[in-house]
Amino acid sequence: MVIRAENTAGVVNRRTFLAGSAGAGLVMGLGIVLPGCTREQAVSELGEAAASRSFAPTVWFEIDADGGILVNIAKAEMGQHVGTALARVVADELGADWNAIRIRHVDSDPKWGYMVTGGSWSVFTTFAMLSQAGAAGRTVLRDAGAALLGVAPDECRVEMSRVSAGDNAVTFADIVQKGDVSRTFTEEELGAMPLKPAAERRYIGRDTIAKDIPQKATGAAVYGLDVELPGMVFAHPLIPPTRYGSSIQSVDDSAARDISGYLQTLQLTDPSDTLQGWAVVIAETYPSAMRAAAAVEVDWQAGPTANVSEADILAEGEKLAADGGSGVLVVDDGDVAAARDSAAKTHTAVYRTSTALHFTLEPANAVVEFRDGKCHIHSGNQWQSLILPVLSKALDMAETDIVIHQYYLGGGFGRRLFGDPMIPAALAARELGRPVKLVFQRADDSRFDCCRSASVQQFDASFDSDDQLTGIEHAAAAGWPTLAMAPGFLADGVDGNGKFDTFSISGGDHWYTLPNHRVRAINNELAQKTFLPGWLRAVGPGWVGWGVESFMDELAAIRGEDPIEFRLARLDGAGKNAGKAPEAVNGALRLAAVLKDVRDRCGWGRELPDGEGMGVAVCHGQERTMPTWIACVAHVAVDQEARTVAVKKIWQSIDCGTVVHPDGALAQAEGAALWGMSLALHEGASFRDGQVAERNLNRYTPLRMADVPELDIRFMDSTEFPTGLGEPPLIPVPPAIGNAVFAASGIRVRDLPIRL
Amino acid sequence: MIEFELNGETVTSDSEPGTPLLWVIRDELKLKGTKFGCGIALCGACTVHIDGTATRSCVTTVDAVAGRAVTTIEGLDTDAGRTLQQAWVSEQVPQCGYCQSGQIMQAASLLADNPKPTDADIASAMNGNLCRCMAYTRIRKAIKVAAGGEEA
Repeated sequence: MVIRAENTAGVVNRRTFLAGSAGAGLVMGLGIVLPGCTREQAVSELGEAAASRSFAPTVWFEIDADGGILVNIAKAEMGQHVGTALARVVADELGADWNAIRIRHVDSDPKWGYMVTGGSWSVFTTFAMLSQAGAAGRTVLRDAGAALLGVAPDECRVEMSRVSAGDNAVTFADIVQKGDVSRTFTEEELGAMPLKPAAERRYIGRDTIAKDIPQKATGAAVYGLDVELPGMVFAHPLIPPTRYGSSIQSVDDSAARDISGYLQTLQLTDPSDTLQGWAVVIAETYPSAMRAAAAVEVDWQAGPTANVSEADILAEGEKLAADGGSGVLVVDDGDVAAARDSAAKTHTAVYRTSTALHFTLEPANAVVEFRDGKCHIHSGNQWQSLILPVLSKALDMAETDIVIHQYYLGGGFGRRLFGDPMIPAALAARELGRPVKLVFQRADDSRFDCCRSASVQQFDASFDSDDQLTGIEHAAAAGWPTLAMAPGFLADGVDGNGKFDTFSISGGDHWYTLPNHRVRAINNELAQKTFLPGWLRAVGPGWVGWGVESFMDELAAIRGEDPIEFRLARLDGAGKNAGKAPEAVNGALRLAAVLKDVRDRCGWGRELPDGEGMGVAVCHGQERTMPTWIACVAHVAVDQEARTVAVKKIWQSIDCGTVVHPDGALAQAEGAALWGMSLALHEGASFRDGQVAERNLNRYTPLRMADVPELDIRFMDSTEFPTGLGEPPLIPVPPAIGNAVFAASGIRVRDLPIRL
Repeated sequence: MIEFELNGETVTSDSEPGTPLLWVIRDELKLKGTKFGCGIALCGACTVHIDGTATRSCVTTVDAVAGRAVTTIEGLDTDAGRTLQQAWVSEQVPQCGYCQSGQIMQAASLLADNPKPTDADIASAMNGNLCRCMAYTRIRKAIKVAAGGEEA
């Protein structure tokens, strides 16, 4: 599933391209003319403050009288260089000089429509529109330039921000100053707009310095934590002992009153119920707030989950996964029950993952000011459209009176999909009547994290009397983030019974052809009650893939087959795995192709020293509907006496279709692959007494430089439709490492993080 | 009042003794390039130089730097510092970028002590600096490029 504006708007509107003068510049947008407005009205309002009343642009760029081009980006920049990737697409079709391009990350004005950055969707969901908008802009500039040159439009070329015919040329700046640029195109005209053939692209598929990078090398990049407003005070959270159901009995701040700069402790009442039993310490400076927070004593009545442990959550998951009647059907191909009834042999395995934290290096924070009847929130965020209704309820204000201002995100990884840290800052700012900057210390950030739920998956395979694999039943139990935060996006079970969180089972619906295959998604209600489950980088497939690909390896071993050959035999592109245009052309055959590629590059099957081994795993990215085909091999050395696993090298072959920004893509793949390794070997948290016990780097220990293996990552040459990339390379790494441990030692590991 | 040198200029802080230098730099002296990450000296995002040595400012008190020279990312204007920053751009190191001020300050300290570090030297010196985006291979490469050991 891909979240699009249409999911929530209820109606699919027809898209329009508008170009018009605005002040001394030219504004171009592709979007939706709002109901009750005309295209003429919208174009005449372009560039005015009132434009938002008539037009909701998906793509919006402005060219000034000097030829500078400002591309507005409604996606969050959290390290993926998304502004650069999206602006490259526009610039390529527009015929712009890349050096003239600037990027602006916009605030949450309703005109931008549905705002979300996640799921590795950004390029996938906007590529077509960005291309069309760029091409439409080129047509406008070409026609206006042709008129200035006194030639026919089809005699003109548009390159490097110039429209030229023979030896004569005008620049975009000339056209903005002198040309006639008011135009509109209908959906049909846009559809007929010629896009550049891949061979003529100037920017897509070629490297550049990402626009956000230089300022990140000088300390000049501004993150949410860097925001200051005149007259602001600092707030430090006092977090209750359970996420839900805690209440404050009393607050004693007598020990804090002598602390210089301490102002008061505020108990918060949140009508949205996101915060339950919260207080914040208010002080003139953050060091004062930290000191005072340590001195204030709060007596809480803890909620009902105050004694829940990690073992309790996993035990509940195991019970649910083992119950064949539990959960919601996600895949139901063939007849798994019949295959099992007639099986000559069966094999069952249970895979588990521990709680994992986002641990964004920039701790949760928000600066809030009420001004002129509006609530201004300054905070880096990935899903403005998710938190705005919650803020509206918490503050009893119209969503249109709440503005979220965007900044660079000091790590997102899914944590900033939910903007709940904005709520205490906003409640405090309103209560105090002055701007508030709320900053979480690290331990509180971990306690309040919407962590990746612990999970349990049970797999039951059937073999017939010829030892052929006849079926797999797969059950996966976890806390469901979508149920907690965005229940409108739950999907219907394939048999019409119940709803499930696609983000907690995606990856189970894989591209192997199996005669009988059933997948059940199960909500672990104990997890759901104890904490707020979150979306963590690679989301469902990030842990579902651990079970799916480790179990495939187990089955290959049972059959005595090579794990790659065993997989290739089932990646035949038959039936539902044939794929479809545009995003999944050739289907599973592309997964087979990357698997063969990585096999040939890693020297699969070669002799290795004792204690070393190679393991393989594949994935199809975040979703079946947006497949990114990846095959991964890990080479590990296992020391059974010291009980250690050292990863020597990781290979990946990746087919994500067209690669818009190759070096940026490689950076994402490197980071995601190492995230996969970190989750496999280095990161594991646990609930104790209803809360995460590992709260800082002394006990939560992500991978460091000394652990980094050699990485060999290859992108397949492709001009197919681009799919997502920021997360998928994480997915196959844990099972590839687990399978390599088996190859090296004969030990089958089934828990993440891996502990021998 | 505590007096020290910050990026070559004498500054004073009104913060109480015991206040972490990090917050004095960020909130009192308004240089935001130095970041808050873990607060217990285990992530390195707050790394500055004190008399030329990479130091975690989140656990260094402001009174401890009285009379000493503190350098932040904004003041890294030596040739070696600029070379490192250029390598950070040419190798496209930063992703989210939040840890990178600290990484660069740590790397500058490394190269000052050891102008031609091996991979093992780099891993040893940089292991205390967490990069949550895990851009480690590029950090290592950029340090080698800045050291002149590897072509960009």
